[in-house]
Amino acid sequence: MKKIASFFFALLLTASLAQADTNIRVDGSTTVLPAMQKIVEAYMKANPGVNITVSGGGSGNGIKAIIDGTTDVAMSSREMKPKEMDAAKEKGRVVKPVEIALDALAPIVNPANPVKGLTAEQLQGIFAGKVKNWKEVGGDDREIVVISRDTSSGTYEAWQELIMKDQKVTPAALLQASSGAVLQVVGKNKYAIAYDGYAYVNNTVKALPVNGVAGSEKTVADKSYPVSRGLFIIVPEKATPEVQKFVDYILDPAKGQKMIGEVGYFPVKK
Amino acid sequence: MAISRKLKDDLIRYFFMITAMVSIVSLALIMIYLFLEGLPLFKHVGVMEFLFGNLWYPTAEPAEFGIFPLIMASIAVTALSSSIAIPLGVMTAVYLAEIAGAKTRGILKPLVELLAALPSVVIGFFGMVVVAPFLQDTFDLATGLNLFNASLMLAFMSVPTICSVSEDAIYAVPRELKEASLALGATHWETIRRVILPASLSGVSTAVILGMSRAIGETMVVLMVAGGAAILPKSIFSAIRPMPSSIAAEMAEAPFRSDHYHALFAIGIVLFLFTLVFNIIAQHISEKHKQVGAATL
Repeated sequence: MKKIASFFFALLLTASLAQADTNIRVDGSTTVLPAMQKIVEAYMKANPGVNITVSGGGSGNGIKAIIDGTTDVAMSSREMKPKEMDAAKEKGRVVKPVEIALDALAPIVNPANPVKGLTAEQLQGIFAGKVKNWKEVGGDDREIVVISRDTSSGTYEAWQELIMKDQKVTPAALLQASSGAVLQVVGKNKYAIAYDGYAYVNNTVKALPVNGVAGSEKTVADKSYPVSRGLFIIVPEKATPEVQKFVDYILDPAKGQKMIGEVGYFPVKK
Repeated sequence: MAISRKLKDDLIRYFFMITAMVSIVSLALIMIYLFLEGLPLFKHVGVMEFLFGNLWYPTAEPAEFGIFPLIMASIAVTALSSSIAIPLGVMTAVYLAEIAGAKTRGILKPLVELLAALPSVVIGFFGMVVVAPFLQDTFDLATGLNLFNASLMLAFMSVPTICSVSEDAIYAVPRELKEASLALGATHWETIRRVILPASLSGVSTAVILGMSRAIGETMVVLMVAGGAAILPKSIFSAIRPMPSSIAAEMAEAPFRSDHYHALFAIGIVLFLFTLVFNIIAQHISEKHKQVGAATL
């Protein structure tokens, strides 16, 4: 009997030793996700024994998860709202946002569209449903098909804040639930216009300059490109050493920041 | 020690009772949760304003929660897809049960049922990548992601349900009825139309309603191919946003327990009531037209 007990005890011990590996959970914005996945892969390779799970439930969900304590690091494509800050304080969890990258949004059209660029004002008119024909902005005489993200996506909020301002996106806009779907639709529709993060823009669509400025590392960094925003991770104010090490890795110009550049975002530290 | 027969009987009875209860209790819990999360919206938004409002801006300041275009979109897409799927499904069922030989039936029936095995995301992708550009070019439309495309894809999904359930119902019509009709000199077609279809009406109606509730509740397909414009449908080529696609697209990023979150659950309640009504109608029809016994001597 004693023998069996000690055997189980040993088994338990090994099990808990195996558990001693560090687990870090990351959840949140799907905009930050591609960069985060790349960083996490490299980080886990460099630090065996650290296990990081990444899921992309959206900025709102990520922030909710860090407030509830169901994740260790939240990703967000927007600043935390005052309401969320209050909720965190109420739960006694003090968190801080860390800016890890800059993202530029690009108005995108089909490559076959002759329009060469738009002003922020024209973009606002188009997305508010006031400008309805490509003719009015120097294109063909065709109806403009406006494509927008779902109202709760971080990309939508950024577009709202940077371009729409006090205007609303027309209810006639086609809703697409992901960045990939937006590209898919614009790539297939000659008269569509949408917006997407620069990381997602590929050669199936054409990114338009805004106010004559094309989005690039330089124009985003010096803020001359009008449609850019910060990307954040949100971590507890008193992060565990493991989490802190991970955050440092992300902010390391030679490591995390370099990878952020490779995915198509703009690093904040060099 | 042997267990007495009575105890054994009781144990088995309770075991099955509990199994049956599990699904009922989980259904009840889900319903309670749905209402608990949905109803708080009406503290801030009037029921009429919610059901008949024309604007859906859940994240704007001030937010607007009008789901009338969403409801109309769901009704439109269900109606149009049913008008495609019901004739197709029922006629296929008649063919399989009455006209096709045993061998053809043996091959065709599993094939039709295989359609039901296609994941909805695959059908959605097909609609998005193949059908949408085709519609757009053929009819010179602004977008191929519209009511018609979504209805077509939903019809694909409900045909197997409608066909397979009606086929079983038609096949189950007692042989005596059919023989009596033929013996009285009715042709095969007359027999199908006047005897077999009325006799299997309850089964066929159940099949139709099941197909329709599949169409109204289907999420992935409408999210991918209906276009997603929250406006009232003007033609069959309008882009629309049925209720499930709004819930699916927005739930992930709606702040927990915000008005937006409650509003999405409230849409869920409306959707639930729709399918509930469908099911009650199906139940009612199948009771009313039940075939009681065969007319033999």
